[in-house]
Amino acid sequence: MFDLPQNSFYVMASVVGLLIIASTASFALGLRNPEKDYTELRQRIQSWWVMIALLFVVLTISKNMAIAFFGFLSFLALKEFLSIVPTRQIDRKVIFLAYLAIPVQYYWVSIGWYEMFIIFVPVYVFLALPMRMIFIGETKGFIRSAGTLHWASMLTVFCISHIAFLLALTPLNENAGYIGPVLFLLFMTQFNDVCQYIWGKSFGKHKIIPKVSPNKTWEGFLGGLATVTLCSALVAPLLTPLNNLQGLVAGALISLSGFVGDVVISSVKRDLQIKDSGNLIPGHGGILDRLDSLTYTSPLFFHYLYSAYY
Amino acid sequence: MNRFLKILFFALIVRPVVLIGLGLNVRGRENLPKRGPAIIAANHNSHLDTMVLMCLYPLSKIHKVRPVAAADYFISKGGFLAWLSLRCIGIIPLDRSGTAKREALFQECHEALDNDEILILFPEGSRGNPEQLSELKKGIFFIANQRQDTQVTPVLMHGLGRALPRGEGLLVPFNCDVVIGDQIEDINDSSEFINAISESFDYLSQFCVTLGKEES
Repeated sequence: MFDLPQNSFYVMASVVGLLIIASTASFALGLRNPEKDYTELRQRIQSWWVMIALLFVVLTISKNMAIAFFGFLSFLALKEFLSIVPTRQIDRKVIFLAYLAIPVQYYWVSIGWYEMFIIFVPVYVFLALPMRMIFIGETKGFIRSAGTLHWASMLTVFCISHIAFLLALTPLNENAGYIGPVLFLLFMTQFNDVCQYIWGKSFGKHKIIPKVSPNKTWEGFLGGLATVTLCSALVAPLLTPLNNLQGLVAGALISLSGFVGDVVISSVKRDLQIKDSGNLIPGHGGILDRLDSLTYTSPLFFHYLYSAYY
Repeated sequence: MNRFLKILFFALIVRPVVLIGLGLNVRGRENLPKRGPAIIAANHNSHLDTMVLMCLYPLSKIHKVRPVAAADYFISKGGFLAWLSLRCIGIIPLDRSGTAKREALFQECHEALDNDEILILFPEGSRGNPEQLSELKKGIFFIANQRQDTQVTPVLMHGLGRALPRGEGLLVPFNCDVVIGDQIEDINDSSEFINAISESFDYLSQFCVTLGKEES
């Protein structure tokens, strides 16, 4: 059906199944406790429907469509990052240059030029941005401004583009096709967020980093780690070239790094004293609130897979 | 015909630029007057302000939203800008020279309100020069005070002066905050009324998420 490799199709169908369960459960909750307000939960699930639908549609249409889609996500994330973090008014043209890095970086992805993809942002963009800044010539705040722009480009363009490069890899698992590893990464990362949340809500007692994220507990973290690592060992052979044992490692990697990504973006927001980075996604917040874990899981999962098989 | 042009202009050009190129963090949308007669008072930093405010309304209502804009800037020079302002955006030109009589000055605003339209006013009067505030400051009071059927809704925007500041042609994408406040109560004194608006702007600014960037 839809020309999708069968494993990828089954996983996508299961995700839709999970969403149906979530919607039904939230509807039932609303019926059982009519006095409580479930607006945020409902919005959250509705937004999940929209995000999943968009993702599945672009993944189904074509590889380049999906690459462009992740490029667009990079754009939204970079824009959101630079909107909440202080920047100098004088750097408008430098910031514009940073935006231009997005189509270029995703072009390297689309032609599958790995060497260029892997150095373009950390070398060329890294060197070009301060160069553009000296043409403007304002030195007050120069260091902070260069640091902000570099970090923003690395997180939102370089890291996120690793999701897209998974699409450009030669598919080694015939039953999963080129979309298999992307589905695996996205599903495991989001599943990890949910698992850590649920374990934390149910058993959470001992805080990990109360200064940054008071809701994060050891119980949530370890519960999520165990659940995701086990599930990953089972799912990885379906969607990726990885075997069960490698899937175990990939799952642990995703769970650990997903936690870090989440907390890093939380620190940014805490520093700026804001709760959400925007309100693009109803019930979730901004795009960075959704991509936070992926900024860490994408490059780490990518390089694990890449070094093992390519 | 005019309405069709306006819908086309907003659907194909303005909305993609504002919603994708920029991106809005809207707070207090429930305070936005859904139908006229209504008056919106907003701060002014960029040409994009008007476009952003108009994008808060669905395309089906866009012809009912009328920004009040400087006749000397948009209309007097004629040509493309005047055509765009009048036909595509549907501004109400306002004479800023100070020579016109008050009744004549606001006549078109009152006609629009009588016609159940929503006025957008920028009490600052200009994007950059606060000195030009005074006349229009009083202006919004004189329009609102004369009418029993409507009140003023304050809207604070932030971030647009960064995306497209005065005197710049390059639009750089940034998310922008749009915070819509509670209606300003009826006050019969012009300076108190203006104070109430600026106090409201102050209050609304705490809901901005993009405010971290004031230092330059």
